[in-house]
Amino acid sequence: MNSLKYLAKKGLRMLTLLIAVSILSFVLVSLSPIDPVQSYIGADMIRVSEEQRQQIAENWGLDQPPVTRFLKWGSNLIQGDFGTSSIYRAPVLQVIGERFIASAFLMGAAWVLSGVLGFILGILAGMNQGTLLDRGIKLYCLIMASTPTFWLGLLILMVFSVGLGWFPIGLGVPAGVLQGDVTLWDRIYHLILPALTLSVIGVANIALHTRQKLLDVLSSDYVIFARARGEEGFALVWRHGIRNIALPAISLQFASFSELFGGAVLAEQVFSYPGLGQATVQAGLRGDVPLLLGLVIISTAFVFAGNFIADIIYSIIDPRIKEGRRNHD
Amino acid sequence: MESKEIVAPRQEILLEVRNLSVSFVQYEKGLRQRIFHPIKDLTLDIRVGEVLAVVGSSGSGKSLLAHSILGILPPNATQAGEMIYKGVRLIPEEQKRLRGKEITLIPQSVNYLDPLMKVGKQVRYTAGKGKGKIIQESLFHRFHLPATAGEKYPFQLSGGMIRRVLISTAISGGAQLIIADEPTPGLHPDALKKVLKHLRDLADEGRSILFITHDLMAARSIADRIAVMNAGVTLEIAEAEKFTGKGEGLIHPYSRALWRALPENEFFPVADDFGDECESERK
Repeated sequence: MNSLKYLAKKGLRMLTLLIAVSILSFVLVSLSPIDPVQSYIGADMIRVSEEQRQQIAENWGLDQPPVTRFLKWGSNLIQGDFGTSSIYRAPVLQVIGERFIASAFLMGAAWVLSGVLGFILGILAGMNQGTLLDRGIKLYCLIMASTPTFWLGLLILMVFSVGLGWFPIGLGVPAGVLQGDVTLWDRIYHLILPALTLSVIGVANIALHTRQKLLDVLSSDYVIFARARGEEGFALVWRHGIRNIALPAISLQFASFSELFGGAVLAEQVFSYPGLGQATVQAGLRGDVPLLLGLVIISTAFVFAGNFIADIIYSIIDPRIKEGRRNHD
Repeated sequence: MESKEIVAPRQEILLEVRNLSVSFVQYEKGLRQRIFHPIKDLTLDIRVGEVLAVVGSSGSGKSLLAHSILGILPPNATQAGEMIYKGVRLIPEEQKRLRGKEITLIPQSVNYLDPLMKVGKQVRYTAGKGKGKIIQESLFHRFHLPATAGEKYPFQLSGGMIRRVLISTAISGGAQLIIADEPTPGLHPDALKKVLKHLRDLADEGRSILFITHDLMAARSIADRIAVMNAGVTLEIAEAEKFTGKGEGLIHPYSRALWRALPENEFFPVADDFGDECESERK
């Protein structure tokens, strides 16, 4: 009963968030200099007369006040109609759907890799505080945390694709091959470099955070008491550390969906990887308003889902939160 | 401090602490070093089956005494003086062997339990594999803890129950010397009385209790002898019965002042500069 109530509360929160985000982005796009008619017609603009443009605008309802337009767009959204992308000439949801699968593999691989590696590096650094190993890990993390994704992407591309020739220069599948002939290995092969770029950078955040958290745990009263009872070394960290530092690490990792998405936009651009990020850049640059607004809404839902999952996992691992919710809700 | 290699065994003494000092190097603004000296000169002895209370105001280095005996001082601490347990000098290897088994700690508060581990599991650790569960259950029974308490997390138990869990943890491995570091604050009078009685019982079974506290009344109610500490120095070790009346039986003026300052007695404030006075008096 309580968990139903909890889900309902979260669902309501997500709904209000989505409404707020759609209002805000609609206002921003309305105020922007993008002319939807022009971006629809594109290069044929010279051959279209002023009258014809007026007619298209009228047909789309662009002459109506913004509130009316917003309500029309909104009611279509609720019915699942996100409009038609002007650059891909296909329904927005279909474009996003295709792109999302490609991006999901990229982001998923980077997310798992950076999470696991970062957690392990953080524990190693924390357990060996002040040693050469700790300093090395810290240095690596600080450099990575201040490195722009696109720059690292270019660097990796130059070394592994251009210089060594081990990996393809870009794209998600080999060029000039029929859709049906593309193998799973082809897809993985094209995924490696962008995923590497994203995870190498993603490691920094989680490793530094885990290291600090482990240092806090190691100087806590309950670790002093564990040592007073004769526990020591890795067994002590394993018994008292892992559960206590896993919580913040997990929530950080799920809450980083937004950064992951932002990083993917840049990495996909560098590697010409046909994912959500690249679609976002294209939609922005070429004034594809329906696609841009659709992407904003889908990515909002995506980031919200990340935070929501973090909450749920938190309450499964931490008995204090589970009990707390039972008592206070 | 000269250390004698051969220590004459005295049957009734379990632990002897001679001229213990603990210091830390701290860095102030920039790179200026400052040596911080919380324990300067601490000497005491604990006999078998005795409750020895160590009393002093907070900041007098009492908790550090516990950590020194167990050998779990932080790495930036320097320790001097010597400690003799059962006639053998307590060197780090010896401390490592004994801690958690023969020498154990009853810490102050719930913070000393792992917040994400069930308390039963935490008690069972020191008891060792196999018989851990039986020992834990019998201890919970002895201390009137419900059998279900073992399956609870620390945050689900009351303050009084936590103290009894902590006591169980300390004796589950068959300890001889139990260091109780401020085990009483924050308890209501009934729970306090119970915890004190448990400590006394443990001593009557033949264990020795080092009862570190700032509560002189609690110390007097169960201790055989009371060591008075101030500014990192043991000023006096007196039989608990001497803390009576106006403290005429006490030798050091600070002990008398501490006794007279209690609300139950004269409520006479302890002078702030007593620490300095003690220093000069020692010279």
